[in-house]
Amino acid sequence: MNSTRAQALLGADRTAATDGPRPRGATSIVQVIPARYPYRWIGGSIALLLCVWGLYTVATSPNITWSVVAAYILNGTILEGMRLTIVLTIVSLTVGVILGTVLATMRLSNNPVLQVISSAYITTFRGTPLLIQIIFWFNIALVVPVIRIGWPQAGFGFETQTNVIMTAMTAAILALGLNEAAYMAEIVRGGIISVPKGQDEAASSLGLTKRQAMWRVVLPQAVRAIVPPTGNQLIIVLKNTSLVSVIAARELLTATQQIYSTNFYTIELLIVAAGWYMVMTAVATILQGYLESRLEYSLRSRTHPFHKRFVRSLLSIGRKNYMEVRG
Amino acid sequence: MILEDAPLILDAFDVHKSYGEHEVLKGITSEVMKGEVVCLLGPSGSGKSTFLRCVNQLEKPDVGSIQINGELIGYERRGDKLFELSDDRLAAQRCMTGMVFQNFNLFGHLNAIENIMLAPRLVLKQDKDETRHEAERLLDQVGLKGRERAYPSQLSGGQQQRVAIARALAMKPQLMLFDEPTSALDPQLVGEVLSVIRGLAETGMSMMIVTHEISFARSVADKVMFMADGVVIEVGPPSQVLDNPQAERTIEFLSEL
Repeated sequence: MNSTRAQALLGADRTAATDGPRPRGATSIVQVIPARYPYRWIGGSIALLLCVWGLYTVATSPNITWSVVAAYILNGTILEGMRLTIVLTIVSLTVGVILGTVLATMRLSNNPVLQVISSAYITTFRGTPLLIQIIFWFNIALVVPVIRIGWPQAGFGFETQTNVIMTAMTAAILALGLNEAAYMAEIVRGGIISVPKGQDEAASSLGLTKRQAMWRVVLPQAVRAIVPPTGNQLIIVLKNTSLVSVIAARELLTATQQIYSTNFYTIELLIVAAGWYMVMTAVATILQGYLESRLEYSLRSRTHPFHKRFVRSLLSIGRKNYMEVRG
Repeated sequence: MILEDAPLILDAFDVHKSYGEHEVLKGITSEVMKGEVVCLLGPSGSGKSTFLRCVNQLEKPDVGSIQINGELIGYERRGDKLFELSDDRLAAQRCMTGMVFQNFNLFGHLNAIENIMLAPRLVLKQDKDETRHEAERLLDQVGLKGRERAYPSQLSGGQQQRVAIARALAMKPQLMLFDEPTSALDPQLVGEVLSVIRGLAETGMSMMIVTHEISFARSVADKVMFMADGVVIEVGPPSQVLDNPQAERTIEFLSEL
């Protein structure tokens, strides 16, 4: 509260107090003492001490050579691995979004065959570990040794050994993309369902075909519900790419492992990789926030930024210091 | 004014509709002549809305024929067989009727004028400038000139419903269907919507209106149809059905209002 106004109010109170017995309904200005929260300070202090102790142990550990961390941050192999991680993320998410939308519309269609196929796909790819799927696609040649399209003997189409096509990178894209499609299918389906049925009915009553109603009325509104969880998926896929290190796809974690297997600075290089993953997820988070605000969907925007709420809840400040009360 | 020999716009015969075991419509026969305003009254659950939704095929009747302007709805007749129409053919038939919903159902991602222009552009393939011109005229007709760029969330319920009426009119329907157009509105907003509908009646639009506004029905309807439990109890001019009801159900319903 403005201090001059508080003074004025207090002055008024003093005058009122010296005027003898107050008439009924008279008011006075009294100071408000905010409640204090000592346990917030105690709890906060203990937690903070533990964190500082942990960080100090790591930072001063004689077993971590920080100069190695610094030396490898901009290492060529690491940066090339990071580039592949980004490519892998973007390609798999794109495959996931497109195939996921197709699966979602199949699931919501009136064709029972398509419904069942879509459900079975989603159940299979969500129900098995991604790591197994990655190893599976890398070894698909054991099941299908030769890929043949058309009729090569007759002079059209081609035939090739599966292993020639199924490189670690192809297997990684297939595994991540097909797995992601199952998750995106549920996100897109949820988005479509979130649009009230009346929208579709109104579109139908105006003579729009089912396809037109879906593409021009329902999907544009489903995007509201689809964008925020897709941003989350971007971050999840980004980190999941590290799993393809089991088939040595040369992305960031593979590159890291390759270096520490020769120089044995295991922890140092993992810190480098972890740091870059954090930078990439931070950028993805900023992009996600930007996209959401562009679509005007920041429904949960707070009135006060975090640092103000932090200080307020510790010190109980920002409340009225004086209040006018009856009697 | 309806001429004696005015053509039939709606000719519904023996319409039945069930949801599972529950029969909602037990044989509804109803006619609307060109320029006629028919109000559907009755307790909730009597099947009024379902009947309306059958007329434009949002619900598919189990039994019964519905003809709009002489065209059989939902089927194609070849000899002694009825062939169900595909979704795309049904969509084309729905253009003959305009529907106004209880909850407005304006497209949330489009502003007022875009809401009106979408279907004429997409379905009738109308020219853009011509459609915009027509949409502006319709907004003016429903008293919303100047609100072209307002999104549904920026409009009051009454304004949204008036945009929804303009949106339906933009398709130049033969018959307008209103499904409790004022039931979701605050009492002070009911009047503006009813006056738009009244104005529409004066232009000679054929209309079927499900409503609970008895005094509105009395003043605007050429014919009142009272329904209960999926059957038509009483039909006639308002002076007869509302002021001098014969059936017990009608008397009971009107006395409870």
